[in-house]
Amino acid sequence: MSFLPYFVAAWLFLAGLYGIITSRNFVHLIICLAVLQSSTYVLLLSIGYKWGGVPPVFAGAAVGTPAVDPVVQALMLTDIVVEATVVALLLSLAVQLHKHTRTLNPDDLEALEG
Amino acid sequence: MNRGVRMVLFAASGVMLFGILLWGLRGLPPLGHYHGPYGDVLNSVAVYERHATDVVSAVNFDYRGFDTLGEEFILFISVIGCTLLLRRQKGEGQGEGGSKDEDESSDRRAPSPSDATKVITIGLVGPLIVFGLYIVSHGQLTPGGGFQGGVILATAPLLVYLGGDFKTFQKIISHTLVELAEAGGALAYVAIGFAGYVIGQAFLKNVVPLGETGNITSSGTIILISLATGLEVAGGFVLLLHAFLEQTLETLGGQK
Amino acid sequence: MPLAPLPVAIPFAVAGILAASNKFMPRRLADTLAVLCAVANLVFCVLLMAAARSQLLVYWFGGWTPRAGVALGISFAIGPFGAGLAAFTSLLVLAAMVFSLHYFDAIGTLFHVLMMVFLGAMCGFSLTGDLFNLFVFFELMSAAAFALCGYKIEETAPLQGALNFAITNTIAAFAALLGIAMLYARTGALNMAQIGRALDSRPDALVLTAFALILCGFFVKGAVLPFHFWLADAHAVAPTPVCVLFSGVMVELGLYAVARIYWGIMDHPFGADRAAVTGLLLAVGTATAVVGAIMCFGQRHIKRLLAFSTVSHMGLMVIGFALLRIDALAGAALYVVGHGLVKASLFIGSGILLHRLRSVDELELKGRARQCVGTGAMWVLAGLGLAGLPPFATFLGEAAIDDTATKAGHAWVAWVFFFSAVLTAGAVFRVGGRVFLGWGHGEEGETGGAKKIEEGPETKGPRHDIPAAMYGPAAVLALLALAVGIIPGVRQAAQAGATRFADYAGYQARVLDNAVVPLSPPPVEHVFPASSMARSIGAAAAAFLLAWFALSPYWPRKKSWASPVKRLAYNVRRVHSGHIGDYVAFLTFGLALFGIVLSVLVRLGY
Repeated sequence: MSFLPYFVAAWLFLAGLYGIITSRNFVHLIICLAVLQSSTYVLLLSIGYKWGGVPPVFAGAAVGTPAVDPVVQALMLTDIVVEATVVALLLSLAVQLHKHTRTLNPDDLEALEG
Repeated sequence: MNRGVRMVLFAASGVMLFGILLWGLRGLPPLGHYHGPYGDVLNSVAVYERHATDVVSAVNFDYRGFDTLGEEFILFISVIGCTLLLRRQKGEGQGEGGSKDEDESSDRRAPSPSDATKVITIGLVGPLIVFGLYIVSHGQLTPGGGFQGGVILATAPLLVYLGGDFKTFQKIISHTLVELAEAGGALAYVAIGFAGYVIGQAFLKNVVPLGETGNITSSGTIILISLATGLEVAGGFVLLLHAFLEQTLETLGGQK
Repeated sequence: MPLAPLPVAIPFAVAGILAASNKFMPRRLADTLAVLCAVANLVFCVLLMAAARSQLLVYWFGGWTPRAGVALGISFAIGPFGAGLAAFTSLLVLAAMVFSLHYFDAIGTLFHVLMMVFLGAMCGFSLTGDLFNLFVFFELMSAAAFALCGYKIEETAPLQGALNFAITNTIAAFAALLGIAMLYARTGALNMAQIGRALDSRPDALVLTAFALILCGFFVKGAVLPFHFWLADAHAVAPTPVCVLFSGVMVELGLYAVARIYWGIMDHPFGADRAAVTGLLLAVGTATAVVGAIMCFGQRHIKRLLAFSTVSHMGLMVIGFALLRIDALAGAALYVVGHGLVKASLFIGSGILLHRLRSVDELELKGRARQCVGTGAMWVLAGLGLAGLPPFATFLGEAAIDDTATKAGHAWVAWVFFFSAVLTAGAVFRVGGRVFLGWGHGEEGETGGAKKIEEGPETKGPRHDIPAAMYGPAAVLALLALAVGIIPGVRQAAQAGATRFADYAGYQARVLDNAVVPLSPPPVEHVFPASSMARSIGAAAAAFLLAWFALSPYWPRKKSWASPVKRLAYNVRRVHSGHIGDYVAFLTFGLALFGIVLSVLVRLGY
């Protein structure tokens, strides 16, 4: 049980890779990249978790109450922003690619062989 | 490589990678028993030092504020990048003409929204803006801040689009103003960084009076940076929505 | 006032101003601002480099100095190498901005905004002392790079190239982030010095895995085999000034990050297992150098040819790092500078060809650049630099690495350099001979049957002459590569920088305890062995011969004795399929391979 989140993180990373490798559509592929990334969310949050810890917000709780790690939460926020923006960039590339080739299937692209 | 070879390569190396990841992850402390110094130190000092009750915001906008500057610029540059990549090319019209393709023409036009949709979406716009502003401005006190609130703010124009059409969406947002907000938010963050620098302190030093803990004006630059970030995020996401909706409009051929 | 935050803050501010005034700022004003910003950055970084010679400069953002050895905030930890790399970045951005004065009209000033953020991000990446901050700047420079790479949306290839680039590099970033998170879980720190201090003396499973993940993450950026696939795709399609930055410095930053992390964090844990790290990295470095060189010679698209040459030279730089010795590290640093200068010059040369003749296809351009004498001369000069001919800076680096390798019992390393130099410089000379002199037949067989990739124009207006803003930067960069090799004291400076860079304990003491750490670089030997001088000259001569042979009627075109060699080259090339699924499958393979090999070598006590 105490290993489960770490297992999930590793699993998500592999699942994302599998999706990217087998994908036949760039939009699907980009979402698989987001799946891969969610492994970092799971890992970061489970690292900083403490049994019985309150959220690191001391508006209700007094300072000194055992709280979960605030740093990983801050890191994860950065991570989320990175994901949202990279996905936006990739999708705009995919939109333009579709305009040219009328396909989003990586198998159909031949511009860059060799 | 063909699909089969690729899958064999992936299957073999995927199993190995999974194994090595699990092998390494076993070395982590068991879930819920983390004892790192960094977070604990911050949890114990941040409220006194920064007069902010949300330690995550204090970390984001003060202790590790330089990371967040980079983070804000990731968003900023991605929006710029998307604007560049989705720019209008020669031959793409202003909605009429342009790339109307046979296979994707007017028969795929979306139906006009129902009255119920219109009432609900338009009715939600006001409360959402208030909620977004609340989240942005209370980031130092309770969970939230510029990133979260900014995204909520950006959904308001999206609701207008859902309840009306792209034309209304375009009408209510001034593109120039939104661009200005986006760049202004990013610029404001750098400017707050320089505020400490020009008076001989460190870059991004919290030089504004910290106020009373628990008060909305507390925490000095944390709340100012949160506001700047809110502006940047809201502007950035509206620009992204605009750029992508414009593409949708083009492929749908004319109007929604 | 300390200069440390300026190389990041000023480009960011300029980017913000340019973006805010996008709609109404005249093009020339935006150009001026961007060029001035690059110049200012260059000056600041050079001053930082000078200041960092005596002592590592540590700058705590927000004024959060560490308490009892716990870093609360983010620090820049600036040594001569970091500052030097930031200065070099600024120089190349300056060259790229000057080159693009005559460039196609971007929409408004967005191109400038992207370049400025790219500049700030690369500088921040070189200067930071915080592991997560390194990730943030990695992503920031990647985001800017993705957009710049896909700039020419009018064509299909740039979009495909940018997608391949973005997807592989994003996966890499998250692999690195997993590793960073694991180190954070173990040590409760993100500051590199603090992590290093907190780690145990021998690496266990967690540290090994984390190091392998981080290593692979940054090696993807560094285009090391088997992660190199994206590089040629991205370079072949990106606009010329962007290629200058990609090849000249961005790729090298991946290796810099690995070296920084090794000497900031891992040197002590891996102290007893240096041989394992050396063995693994020597192997991948050699493989990268060899495959890159073979691929380079088989190209007809000039930018793609140069891109594969970058892959090959990255392999050589990895070898320089792999030896884990100060002399070799100093050599690698000189090699980075020398290679970056000549490669940037060559890319600008290809940009000039594209501007003047509307093509970068070697066969198509046969003999069409006869009147471009200056460009041709510069092309050959830069090619000589690429071959590592004395006294180019590349030679200084190469000789130092060879020398150290020989002393460490890896004398064969010199021949890897030789092989790479002959093939990559040979390809460059072949292009020169065909394009500027009209030699050869212009048959497909001469380049090995590579496909043609369409390349759209980048400039508008008259093209009967080559503006000084295009020619100038190329010539200056190539001559600088020569000058760096001649200026006395360059090697001593590199040696001092490397000593500071590799000072594990001193780094921690300086960052966490604000201690003053004396520096005593080992002396450099002033004369290189005659054998390395002879070998470098021989490599340049062999490259000339190879180019002449490739253009001569004797080059085996049809079925002949050379068939097995050709088939091998053909098969190597077929692996570079342009298919993202293949690239990611190889990436997975690489991740698993690095993890397992590193763990096995360390566990067996190799």
